[in-house]
Amino acid sequence: MLYSEKVMDHFTNPRNVGEIEDASGVGQVGNPKCGDIMKMYMKINDDTGVIEDVKFKTFGCGAAIATSSMATEMIKGKTIDEALKVTNLAVAEALDGLPPIKMHCSNLAQEAIHATLSDYYAKKGIEPPEGLLQCDGCCGCDKEDAE
Amino acid sequence: MDKRIYVDHSATTPVLPQVLEKMLPYFTENFGNASSIYSEGRDAKRAIEAAREKVAKAIGADASEIFFTGCGTEADNWAVRGTAYANRAKGNHIITSSVEHHAVLHTCQSLEKEGFEVTYLPVDEFGRVSPDDVKAAITDKTILITIMFANNEIGTIMPIEKIAKVAEDAGVPFHTDAVQAIGLVPIDVSKVNISMLSMSAHKFGGPKGIGALYVKKGTKLNNFMNGGAQERNKRAGTENTPAIVGMGEAIEIATADIEGKAKKLSALRDAYIEKVLSKIPYSHLNGHPTERLASNANISFEFIEGEGMLLSLDMKGIAASSGSACTSGSLDPSHVLLAIGLKHEEAHGSLRVTFGEENTMEDVDYIVDNLAVIVERLRSMSPLYEEFVKNAK
Repeated sequence: MLYSEKVMDHFTNPRNVGEIEDASGVGQVGNPKCGDIMKMYMKINDDTGVIEDVKFKTFGCGAAIATSSMATEMIKGKTIDEALKVTNLAVAEALDGLPPIKMHCSNLAQEAIHATLSDYYAKKGIEPPEGLLQCDGCCGCDKEDAE
Repeated sequence: MDKRIYVDHSATTPVLPQVLEKMLPYFTENFGNASSIYSEGRDAKRAIEAAREKVAKAIGADASEIFFTGCGTEADNWAVRGTAYANRAKGNHIITSSVEHHAVLHTCQSLEKEGFEVTYLPVDEFGRVSPDDVKAAITDKTILITIMFANNEIGTIMPIEKIAKVAEDAGVPFHTDAVQAIGLVPIDVSKVNISMLSMSAHKFGGPKGIGALYVKKGTKLNNFMNGGAQERNKRAGTENTPAIVGMGEAIEIATADIEGKAKKLSALRDAYIEKVLSKIPYSHLNGHPTERLASNANISFEFIEGEGMLLSLDMKGIAASSGSACTSGSLDPSHVLLAIGLKHEEAHGSLRVTFGEENTMEDVDYIVDNLAVIVERLRSMSPLYEEFVKNAK
């Protein structure tokens, strides 16, 4: 199995690792059974809807850590609407691809973004926008388990 | 990083230079087909029979009881399937363990689809099968007991003599996958009642693509490969003469001084285990504390996942392996680690280091020093560790 240089770069020097004390939203997806857990923190400007800061912590393989890192980089400084448009495929492509067996790791990145935004809306008491995934994590794993 | 430290000898070993040297002429000048009647063929035949003697001698067998195969996996497949088919009229029950190599496990599972019944015995926390459990599982339909000699992941050595005795008393054929044990544990089939035993050359300094099955005289076994009359009509296919020669050389070297080798390797293993457990918190040893292969140390590191460790170690020039799902090409972690009662996250965080004779105490220190930094870095990124620290406060 071969990882791209970009995956190795993001695994070795992950961007945005950490926690945000007064986060606007916190989301965690995945479970130990499937081997990946991704936790994401966001600081969101209520007026502009801009994700001003984002941090993550991930339990998982090199691909899981790299996709977490890339996903945070892709949404930092972007609006919520823009963040919601980030897809699994876009994260994987930004990393110059992932080995087929690792594609579920990129699912986790998208799910983490959505879970964190869900938490933000819940905390605000605002109705979440359409297109927000309702997934408590590891949707990808469940799918593969069923195969 | 130029220096490489290879500590994955249970995965494979380098071919010893003296083994390679003996093999090389059989690729070129002595290329003959061992079935041919002319002198090139006779040369090959002689070399194969000399290698067979060496393999037999290494385990206390007679040369007529050794059959070369394409790999250890083929030896396992042949032993299990061949015994099942040969004894179908007698019964359909097979006893094995839940920690076998997939070569045995998946063969058993495929036989279940053909109407065979398989008992997968549980193991204790150290990965050992209880001979009493084997005894209790035997029915009048039992036609095969297959329990590995030593586990490939956690290095636990099974109570083979006792299990062999149970099988002997019940008159049931007993196969053991000894792929990991050859060269690390003394094996003498003239003293222990083993009906069949699988070996693989690349685990002990020989080439890949060659294995052997010991079949005790009088054991009923159907053929697995059909074709020509090679291996006395038991295993068809033109003999891989260079590889067979290599296996013979390698097993002779590997079994010449098992005690001395085990002493050296276990000193490295024990130093590594002691240093890791004392330097890195929330780490624990998997497998038996003493009844384990001299080469094997399998340690779980809580809160982190194995593949990240392997990639980070590789960047420091260290080659090791893990029971994590991410390295196995599936989503499930090692069946062995789950069978000894580990939680999924503990199994994902396992690291297997298997030493070889070229490793040194300096290697041990280098690995432990780097590992401590790597584990700390991965933990600093882990939400499980974050949660643990918060709850501990």
